[in-house]
Amino acid sequence: MTLQELRAMREAGKKAMDRRIIEDKTIEIVVGMGTCGIAAGAKETLDAFIEELASKDIKNAVIKQTGCMGFCHSEPTVAIHMNGMPDIIYGNVNAETARQIVHSHILEKRLVDKHVFDRPAKDIVKEN
Amino acid sequence: MALNNYCLVCGGTGCESSKSDDIYKKLKEHAEKAGISNQVQIVKTGCFGFCEKGPIVKILPDESFYVEVKPSDAEKIVSEHLVKGRPVKELLYKTADDIAAKSEADIKFYQKQVRIVLRNCGIIDPENVQEYIARDGYAALEKVLFEMTPEKVIDELKKSGLRGRGGAGFPTWLKWTNTRATPADQRYVICNADEGDPGAYMDRSTLEGDPHSVLEAMTIAGFAMGATKGFIYIRAEYPLAIHRLEVAMKQSREMGLLGKNILGSGVEFDIEIRLGAGAFVCGEETALMQSIEGKRGMPVPKPPFPSVSGLWGKPTSINNVETFANVPVIILKGGDWFASIGTATSKGTKVFALTGAINNSGLVEVPMGTTLREIVYDIGGGIKGGKAFKAVQSGGPSGGVLSTEFLDTPIDYESLTKLGSMMGSGGLIVMSEDDCIVDVVRFYLEFSVEESCGKCAPCRIGGRKLLNLVEKVTKGTATLADIDTMKQISFAMQRASLCMLGGTTPNPVLSTLKYFEKEYMAHIIDKKCPAGKCKDLVTYSIDKEKCIGCTVCARKCPQGCITGERKQPHEIDQSKCIKCGACFDACKFGAVLVS
Repeated sequence: MTLQELRAMREAGKKAMDRRIIEDKTIEIVVGMGTCGIAAGAKETLDAFIEELASKDIKNAVIKQTGCMGFCHSEPTVAIHMNGMPDIIYGNVNAETARQIVHSHILEKRLVDKHVFDRPAKDIVKEN
Repeated sequence: MALNNYCLVCGGTGCESSKSDDIYKKLKEHAEKAGISNQVQIVKTGCFGFCEKGPIVKILPDESFYVEVKPSDAEKIVSEHLVKGRPVKELLYKTADDIAAKSEADIKFYQKQVRIVLRNCGIIDPENVQEYIARDGYAALEKVLFEMTPEKVIDELKKSGLRGRGGAGFPTWLKWTNTRATPADQRYVICNADEGDPGAYMDRSTLEGDPHSVLEAMTIAGFAMGATKGFIYIRAEYPLAIHRLEVAMKQSREMGLLGKNILGSGVEFDIEIRLGAGAFVCGEETALMQSIEGKRGMPVPKPPFPSVSGLWGKPTSINNVETFANVPVIILKGGDWFASIGTATSKGTKVFALTGAINNSGLVEVPMGTTLREIVYDIGGGIKGGKAFKAVQSGGPSGGVLSTEFLDTPIDYESLTKLGSMMGSGGLIVMSEDDCIVDVVRFYLEFSVEESCGKCAPCRIGGRKLLNLVEKVTKGTATLADIDTMKQISFAMQRASLCMLGGTTPNPVLSTLKYFEKEYMAHIIDKKCPAGKCKDLVTYSIDKEKCIGCTVCARKCPQGCITGERKQPHEIDQSKCIKCGACFDACKFGAVLVS
């Protein structure tokens, strides 16, 4: 890869991240899959999302994995980004809660009570 | 139907105790009355980590941040903010200048955490290099390769004041300068990912969440020092971190970000992973290099330092995962920017793994100079079960404990060393009144004795002797003279051990003798364990007044040594009691006494 290609990739990536749209998917479900998350059952959570999205025929959602969000006391953690809803991090998301998130947050645009967490810090790279 | 507002009420333990539940109910009530319950959703959340200003209510999407909310304020929040869309000014968090901060973004002190190392953790997909690149990944490498000289890179690090995050705090720029200055046909860059302190997992999380940041930084280090070869020494117990590193390295090679002629610059650098078998001593740099060379992992005397004669006798720079993760940001944002964060001698941030008797255990990244109180109470949400804070153990088996009087000490390398502890890699284990200090010391000593490589006598013999004496204390058979012996052994170990593993093994003993002498005395003189942890010093008995004879304890007792008629006070046969505490846990009437 050349320098120009790297820069072009960065620009394209930035735009995609800003719009949070990946190939016309407008809902992003990000599951924390560090060792801590996986140990707490994040794989079951991820599977539950996949099944539930399929059964509800939701096609505009993309499921992603990420590292540890820092909420080790409330693993598994899941972040949901979608149009028309504030960015939310959910904690203690087991398979049951994952299905609730699909019903409530994604379909009805209502938060799932008692599972909402706040991001611990403003992210420094993005901020400046 | 989409809702207009989301109202988040903090449901953390701190806020719950200051009536957040009432606030939640009142908000619902008033929303109902105002006829807007179909336009707003009121939910309870996890701890916001700003407990001193609780209870906290946050309104989305405009992010208004209300602090010290009382149940009586609920009406106003509903009628003003939720109905009319006007934030309630007097409840908004006020900054030092007494200006009401509108949203949490305006609150300087709300976000006690600053994320430099963890900038991408929990945000990007670690197995997707495009996402890393989109978040300014490899922009620092680009800048270094095409706009900077090696000297300028090191100069930027010098300005930043970055010091080794593995624990000792050696200036990173100096390590790089020395390695660069030694004439050689080959130099090496090593990333020390042999994280072994009990309770520490910062490096694992960084590698799992953002592996490319370490690869990028190592390549920058290679460029700065004229090294073309790097090794990541990581313990085999971290399979996910290893997998993500392997994926990241494959992507980087395919994209020409690792290998020969990186980005067409003519610069060469590549990395290999070496798996450690889990010996704690291999985190020590000379032992680590022995292990990479395929020999038994044992330390060798210094000097010569690795920067002069390291891996296979070549100049080598060994830096910790977290140190590396800082480097790309320093290059991009400048050393001066980095140096503006932290204290006079310790710059930047530190990632801590907060565990133990704390409500919000987790990974936190705070600027150097943050106090323990801020970490434990504001971010950690306080002690579990509302118990009293006793101490924090920092620096793992090489560190010490910090007691209540040091809650307000700003944490940096110097302050911790002065207090007889050390920064270490960043594990912070919080202890409550239920933890026995001597028992904790015994745990760490056992660990150090187990992990001693056995090469030098002070560590091999001293550690064992020290452990024997501490065990005597926990059994109540120690004498005051044993304390003096412990101090003497510690003194010898600190000075005569070959490496820092032996040199720091006595730290938990010495720091607890200094700050918790009373607890040792209670074990030695009164033959009591105040926390009720040391089995040999604990007696369980039944309070005949309180016991109602429900027989629960007798049924739970694995020894069958509790006897008594139904509805009559029971009794424990002390000769058979193994002090497991099952009866104590089972009794609903507080009739089982521990003394």
